[in-house]
Amino acid sequence: MIAQLTLGERRAGLIILVAIALVGLAMAIAGGNGPFGVHGALVLVGAIAGTFWLLGHYLDAPPRAERLREYYDDPSKVGVALAMIWAVAGMGFGVWVAALLAWPEFTLDQEWASFGRIRPIHTTGVIFGFGGNALIATSFYVMQRTCRTRLPDQLGAWFVLLGYNLFCVLATTGYAMGVTQSKEYAEPEWYVDLWLLVVWVTYFIVYLRTLAHRREPHIYVANWYYLAFVLVVAMLHIVNGLAVPVSFGTDKSYPLFSGVQDALTEWWYGHNAVAFFLTSGFLGMMYYFLPVRAGRPIYSYRLSIISFWGITFMYMWVGSHHLHYTALPQWVQTLGMTFSIILLVPSWGSAANALLTLNGAWHKVRDDATLRFMMVAAVFYGLTTFEGSFLAIRSVNSLSHYTDWTVGHVHAGALGWVAMISFGSVYAMVPWIWKRRAMYSPALVEVHFWLALAGTLIYVIAMWNSGIIQGLMWRTYNESGTLAYSFVDSLVAMRPYYIARTVGGLCFFAGAVLGCLNIYLTATRAPASSAGDSAVTADPRPPVGAMQPAE
Amino acid sequence: MMSFIAHEDVVWFAKSIGLFYLIAMACMACAYAVWPSRKATFERAARSILIHEDTP
Repeated sequence: MIAQLTLGERRAGLIILVAIALVGLAMAIAGGNGPFGVHGALVLVGAIAGTFWLLGHYLDAPPRAERLREYYDDPSKVGVALAMIWAVAGMGFGVWVAALLAWPEFTLDQEWASFGRIRPIHTTGVIFGFGGNALIATSFYVMQRTCRTRLPDQLGAWFVLLGYNLFCVLATTGYAMGVTQSKEYAEPEWYVDLWLLVVWVTYFIVYLRTLAHRREPHIYVANWYYLAFVLVVAMLHIVNGLAVPVSFGTDKSYPLFSGVQDALTEWWYGHNAVAFFLTSGFLGMMYYFLPVRAGRPIYSYRLSIISFWGITFMYMWVGSHHLHYTALPQWVQTLGMTFSIILLVPSWGSAANALLTLNGAWHKVRDDATLRFMMVAAVFYGLTTFEGSFLAIRSVNSLSHYTDWTVGHVHAGALGWVAMISFGSVYAMVPWIWKRRAMYSPALVEVHFWLALAGTLIYVIAMWNSGIIQGLMWRTYNESGTLAYSFVDSLVAMRPYYIARTVGGLCFFAGAVLGCLNIYLTATRAPASSAGDSAVTADPRPPVGAMQPAE
Repeated sequence: MMSFIAHEDVVWFAKSIGLFYLIAMACMACAYAVWPSRKATFERAARSILIHEDTP
């Protein structure tokens, strides 16, 4: 890795690591024995280890000029590995959290293992750890291919990838120590937020520099979606993260806004995290990997553009549907609800575009589990966005809000859409970047697919049932006009569903473990592809100059 | 505390200018996407990713 850096980049890397080490030292001194000090020590140790590693290879021969004639995929390789490690860790915590609801004694009497702490470890682990790394790894791959240019330099991509993972580690270890802003999907405290800001702006710059050097005049639509993800997440993160620390030596901060303004800012952020982190970026993946794997151009390129502007304009306004029946002005709630319903148009535009692309390639969907992952992802995308629009209607929300229905909805999106499209894209990309003929074991991909699908269905159906029963029990009155069921009655009714949900999650987790193993074996043991055998490589695309299937 | 923008001002803005600005943006996006002269560019773009070329 260091051998690929130019001498100037090695020097810059050293300066960055020393600067990080100094910041870590200052944090460790200022924070003492508290969590802030522990994080300082963690940063310091990590930066010192990095410094020694870099120094150990500092005098290695500089990289050859021929490297510029190849795409730079090493950050994507490490990104895939990190994504899979986070998937196993984050989903493992997910199974644990699910088990806690059925068997509360599973906290093992440890404060760090209480529900309130390991739940955000699960959400951050899967959304930011798994999803974020998968997005970064695939975006580096896609931006280079679609722009037909190499990444502008070597250091920028590594800074983004490793810096982003430092953010994830600081966030999750912080929760275990009780460090949290208590904002959904924005739990990390002020100093972790500031670090993410630095990393994210660098990511944006790397993306723009690659686009600036592109050899393809038109920017392929997948890049639009990826770029919206990078840009809007920066915007959301900055505004929602505005906070004043108690002092520069503590982890605690207070948000700039208070009351309903704070709630609206948080849910403007929260729903757009769903929109631009969990949707836009993954649509970027879908618009690249699905057509390539199916060997067919996207059904309607125009529709993909209309859908892009549709979700970009409209998602911005829907956050207030999280705050129905609150102190938020009624018209703002109605605005959020209305935009949520209109949003169905661009969402279904993308889902239909993906499925119609498969017309003529359904035999491939039958035979190829990788493409089937992407197909199922598109189906769940359509299903979840319909459900989302429906749940945003105020009167529906009065039944669903605060119940497990919301949890079912989120997991239909997270497991069915986000994870499925990620696994499909990763299984497509892994043999290409490691230059292998195919995945080590197509049978394991098949097993993973069925475990993932079974797990998703068990989980989501359990939560739909549980949520609707819960909602109905909370609003059932007896003849004397008082509530028919106590809260504990509803908990007892939930228990079988909580056990089913744990089983569903366990299936999904087991699939991710198999995926990890298969990717490891592909990288280390699968037979290499050679220039002559492009016909049998996992890449279904004909070489340059060959006729296209439809020509 | 003095407030420079009252709640009613925001409501007025959202219900008037906000509405028309969104309609205008929607028209622009649709016009861009369906403009006849872009057909060739878009078709070429859709096919561009299907060519296997693993060097820049």
